[in-house]
Amino acid sequence: MSALTMNVEFGAKIPVDRGIQDMAVVEAAAPPAKEKKMEKTLTVPAEAGTPFTERLAGFGRAVLPPLLGMVILLGIWYVATMKGGSIPGPVQTWDAATALFADPFYRNGPNDQGIGWNILSSLQRVGIGFGFAALVGIPLGFILGRSAFLSAMINPIISLLRPVSPLAWLPIGLLVFQRADPAATYTIFICSIWPMIMNTAQGVQRVPQDYLNVARVLALSEWKVVTKILLPAVLPYILTGIRLSIGTAWLVIVAAEMLTGGVGIGFWVWDEWNNLKVEHIIIAIFVIGIVGLVLEQSLILLAKKLTKESS
Amino acid sequence: MKKFVQIERVGQTFDTKKGKFVALRDIDLTIRQGEFIALIGHSGCGKSTLLNLIAGLTRPTTGVLLLEDREIAGPGPERAVVFQNHSLLPWLTCFENVFLAVERVFGEKEGKAKLKERTAAAINLVGLDHASAKYPNEISGGMKQRVGIARALSMQPKVLLMDEPFGALDALTRAKLQDELMRICEATKATTVMVTHDVDEAVLLSDRIVMMTNGPAATIGEIIDVNLPRPRDRLTLAHDPAYIGYRAAVLEFLYEKQAHVEKMAA
Ligand SMILES: Nc1ncnc2c1ncn2[C@@H]1O[C@H](COP(=O)(O)OP(=O)(O)OP(=O)(O)O)[C@@H](O)[C@H]1O
Ligand SMILES: [Mg+2]
Repeated sequence: MSALTMNVEFGAKIPVDRGIQDMAVVEAAAPPAKEKKMEKTLTVPAEAGTPFTERLAGFGRAVLPPLLGMVILLGIWYVATMKGGSIPGPVQTWDAATALFADPFYRNGPNDQGIGWNILSSLQRVGIGFGFAALVGIPLGFILGRSAFLSAMINPIISLLRPVSPLAWLPIGLLVFQRADPAATYTIFICSIWPMIMNTAQGVQRVPQDYLNVARVLALSEWKVVTKILLPAVLPYILTGIRLSIGTAWLVIVAAEMLTGGVGIGFWVWDEWNNLKVEHIIIAIFVIGIVGLVLEQSLILLAKKLTKESS
Repeated sequence: MKKFVQIERVGQTFDTKKGKFVALRDIDLTIRQGEFIALIGHSGCGKSTLLNLIAGLTRPTTGVLLLEDREIAGPGPERAVVFQNHSLLPWLTCFENVFLAVERVFGEKEGKAKLKERTAAAINLVGLDHASAKYPNEISGGMKQRVGIARALSMQPKVLLMDEPFGALDALTRAKLQDELMRICEATKATTVMVTHDVDEAVLLSDRIVMMTNGPAATIGEIIDVNLPRPRDRLTLAHDPAYIGYRAAVLEFLYEKQAHVEKMAA
């Protein structure tokens, strides 16, 4: 029981912080043009030289600092755990990881499956919850953005509900669905939907009046207004919303699964803690980080590709 | 010629944070079919406001606007607008931008091939064949403005409304587009209302110059009939006494009779 309460506190803290962070990002959500500019100034090589040495220098500048950071982190970790103790060092963890990833897809009953299965089922929950959130949130965002009345009606409700940790919704999910699995998916739905609604609505409200005047002069049908003007204009905002919510979703799923059990990376962490396999917990931390990074980066890539095509 | 656009006792009041703001009052103007009207006045006097009223983008607070004896109740493709900042959709190519308008106006009656033909013809009219597959951010400001004009013309509007279409352009491009516009209006006999800051542009292009008093509560101050034969050529007109006379009259209105705006603003 005490473990469970500790658990809830631990889990609850992250999404609330993240919620506040999201709010700031929503406000700052800007068209992608700005991002592009920043990248350009970052990658402009400063000094002249032969193309080869210049490229080598550029490569060094891009790779060396992150590499150095990693090495220092590993060094600190190594030194801190040199004298033994409850936290395993890098070498031990590496050994455990090679053993673990030698067979990531084994199955010994419902509560003992390979780490691959755990990651996949977490991703599946995120995918489903997230997909539903997009399906509901984006159209809702469009409607709120188009109608001042509806947005005045619904915005207070959203403002009230958005700061609530998605995990606070978990008991209600359990009650409604009677099973742990859809309840976890449902928390993902809840935490993903706010950024989607907010960003889409904001994007719709920020469609330049000039474009809407063009639509009015041409007397375009509502369908044409949506497909030819609103959707392309709002796309960058929608993508920002998606990117924000996938990050939050990945944070929340770990905590939710710790509470619901079953198969999943969060549950796996909890299980390994009960088995006192601390190496595995450290591995899980790395795995969660890497998967989150890959999710976010691939969305950024997708956003770049789509906005390039549409602008 | 018969009455085409009638503006009768039109006034426009805006609700602002500081209370009511009377932008326009007692505007009376009748425009004949095929006429070219230039709307000139100091910045902020209400030229765009009047143009938006004719476009139907805003409704007047008092009075009524008619097109062919029917009330202008809202915006519509028979009153095409060339916006001050071109307002092309950046995610569509020049061709697609024009096609969107063509499809809306003629899509119900004509097949796709005919619509594309119309679009190409409109783009050809402004001399942009080579740029038709390009996106707006890949072409120059003058070219964007021309696509905006092509879009408006492609709709074969009854009235062509232009809000400082050449305002942001350099003198050379502006002169070229003015010549092009004169040629097009000659060919299509379009009824045109053009907002401008430029005295030479107003005299060169228009049949009548409508000069507005300073705001707030601006109205029409004077109207000059420009009786210069067409086609007009800017080089020969430069020494034409009649041309010089019209030019002087407009300048006098703007900088003597309505000069106090500068002092007020300062
Ligand atoms: N929606 C609005 N609400 C309140 N005031 C407005 C609104 N639109 C215009 N005005 C005011 O009406 C006046 C006329 O504006 P308008 O844009 O028509 O001027 P303009 O003659 O087109 O000026 P410019 O030559 O600088 O484009 C201005 O004082 C402006 O501040
Ligand atoms: Mg204006």
